[in-house]
Amino acid sequence: MVEKTPILDAFTYIFLMVGIIIVGSPIIYAIIAATLPIEDVSRVPMPLIPGDQFWVNMSAAWDKGDLGTQLFNSFIMASGITIGKITVSMLGAFSIVYFDYRFRTVAFVTVFCTLMLPVEVRILPTYEMAANLFGPLQSVWDLLHLNSVLGWFANHEVDVSLNFSLLDSYGGLIFPLVASATCTFLFRQFFLTVPEELCEAAKMDGASAMTFFRKILLPISKTNIAALVVIEFVYGWNQYLWPLLITTNPKMTTAVIGLQNLIPQADDLPFWNVAMAGALIVMAPPILVVLLMQRWFVKGLVDPEK
Amino acid sequence: MIKRSVFTNRKLPYLLILPQILVTATFFYWPAAQGLFQSLMISDPFGLYNTFVWFDNFIALFKDPLYLKSVAITLTFSACTAFVSISMGLFIATMANRALRFKALIRTMLIWPYAVAPAISGILWLFLLHPSYGVVSIAFKRWFGLEWNPVLVGRDAMIMVILASAWKQVSYNFVFFVAGMQAIPHSLIEAASMDGASPFRRFWAITVPLLSPTLFFVTVMNIIYAFFETFGVIHTVTQGGPGGATNVLVYKVYQDGFIGLNLGSSAAQSIVLMSLIILITVLQFKYVERKVQYTG
Repeated sequence: MVEKTPILDAFTYIFLMVGIIIVGSPIIYAIIAATLPIEDVSRVPMPLIPGDQFWVNMSAAWDKGDLGTQLFNSFIMASGITIGKITVSMLGAFSIVYFDYRFRTVAFVTVFCTLMLPVEVRILPTYEMAANLFGPLQSVWDLLHLNSVLGWFANHEVDVSLNFSLLDSYGGLIFPLVASATCTFLFRQFFLTVPEELCEAAKMDGASAMTFFRKILLPISKTNIAALVVIEFVYGWNQYLWPLLITTNPKMTTAVIGLQNLIPQADDLPFWNVAMAGALIVMAPPILVVLLMQRWFVKGLVDPEK
Repeated sequence: MIKRSVFTNRKLPYLLILPQILVTATFFYWPAAQGLFQSLMISDPFGLYNTFVWFDNFIALFKDPLYLKSVAITLTFSACTAFVSISMGLFIATMANRALRFKALIRTMLIWPYAVAPAISGILWLFLLHPSYGVVSIAFKRWFGLEWNPVLVGRDAMIMVILASAWKQVSYNFVFFVAGMQAIPHSLIEAASMDGASPFRRFWAITVPLLSPTLFFVTVMNIIYAFFETFGVIHTVTQGGPGGATNVLVYKVYQDGFIGLNLGSSAAQSIVLMSLIILITVLQFKYVERKVQYTG
C-alpha cells in the first residue's frame, strides 16, 4: 500500500491543470484571435473574449491562401508517403525475415545504414537527384564518353542527355521521403516475434509465400500498420523543407508551406485573425488523426524504442 | 536474425526487397556519394566548371567565424530546447502518473501538440510573443517593464524559437515518460513507501533511475529533432535572423546552398551533419546493446 497524501494529490491536479493550460495556450489564443474582426485583433492588448467572425476569417483564409488546392496536395503527399513507406518496408522486411538468400545480409546492411539519416542533411544532392532522376545514368554516360563514341559511329555530332524531373510533381513530393529504414526495422522486429508454427503450418498446408503473407502476416500486422499510419501521416503532412525546395508552383505546394503567405509582414495590416484561422485549418487534419487513433498513435510512437 | 522455417524461392525475395533497395539507392546512397564528391570540389554557381580541391572546403568551413558561430548557436539552441521539453514533459508525466481519475482525458489534452507542424508551431508562438500584438510580450511589458523584441534582438529571437520548438516536443516526451513509468513494477514503489520513503524520495530513488533508458532515448531523439526538424520554425519565424542570431546549421546549409549557391561549402556542411548523426546513431546502438546485456 502506498500512503494517502491528500495535499500532494490536490497539488497534482492543480499542476496538471496548469500544465494543460500552458500546453494549450497557443491554440486557445489562436482560436480566440480567429473569431475576432481586424479592429479587435490589432488592438493592444487583444481582447480575450471570442468574437463572432470565426466563419468570416475562415473563408478569408481559405480564399487568400488558396487552401483548397494546397490541402488537397498535403493530403496526397501525406497519404502517398504513408502508403508508400508501409508497403515498401513491409515487403522488404518480409523478404529479409522469411527468405534465406545470398544477398540477404547485404540488403539488410544497405537498408539499415540509412536508419537515422533525415532528408535535412542531404538536401542539395537529393534535390539534384529529384531534378533529374537519370542523373546517375547521365554521369556514367559522360564518364564513358559515349557521346563521342556514338558520334564516331554515326559520323556526326551526337548529344544525348537524359532528363526526367520530379520537380513540382506529386512523385517528387512523395518518393524521396518514402526512403526510410525505420518502418522496415519495426516490421522486421515484429515479424521476428511471430511464432514459427504459423509459417510451418502454412507451408504444410501448401501455401505459397505470398499466400502466407496475404492470409496470415497481413492480418496479424493490423495494429502495427494502424500505428504506423498515424505516425507517418503526421510526418508526411508536417513536412516543410522538402516541399519548400521541390515545389515552386503555388498550385503544387502543400498547405503548411502556403500558410507562410498569410503571416502579416511589417507593412501589411495585421491580419493575424486570418493567419490564425488558416493555421487552425491546416493543423486540424493531423490533430484529428492523432486524437481519433490515440491508442495506435501511442503504440506507434513508443514501439520503436523497444 | 532469420526464421528457422523459411520459404524457398529463387526470384521472389529479390523482387520483394527491390523497391526498398531502389528507393534507398536513389535517394540515399547516390545523393550521399554526390554530396561527398561535391564537398571536395569548388564549382561556380552556374555549374560551368569544377575544380578538385581536396579538403579545402572543410578547412575553410572550420576557419569561417560565421560557421563557428552557427555551431555555437545550434548547440545552445538544441541544449535549451531539449532541456525545456524534457523537463516539462517529465514533470507533467509524473503528475499524470499520480492522477487516478480522468486519466484518458488528461492524456488526450496533452498529446495533440505532437501533431502540429513545427512551422505552424512557429506561427502560433510568433503571434503570442509578437512585440506589438503578442499578449505575452504585452503582459510582460506592463507587469515587469520587460523590454521584449524578438524581431530586433537576437537573444529574444532565440528564446522565441526555443519555446516554439520545445512546445510540441513536450507531448512526445510526455508519451514516452508515461509509458516508461507504467513499466516500473508497482511492488517497488510499495516496498519503498513501506520503508518510509516519501513520494519525492521515491521519485529520485526509484522512478528516475529506472527511467534512465527512456530518458537517454528521449534525449537523443530531442537533440536530433532540435538539430534537424526545427527548420520549419526558423524559416517561418526568424529566417536565421536577426543578424544571424538564430542561424542554426541546417538553416545555414539551406541558405548557403540554395540562396547563396555556394555548392561546395553547402555540401561540406551536409557531410559534417551526416557524420554527426551517424556518430549519434552508433552511440545510441552501443548504449542500447549495453542495456540489453545488463538486464539479460
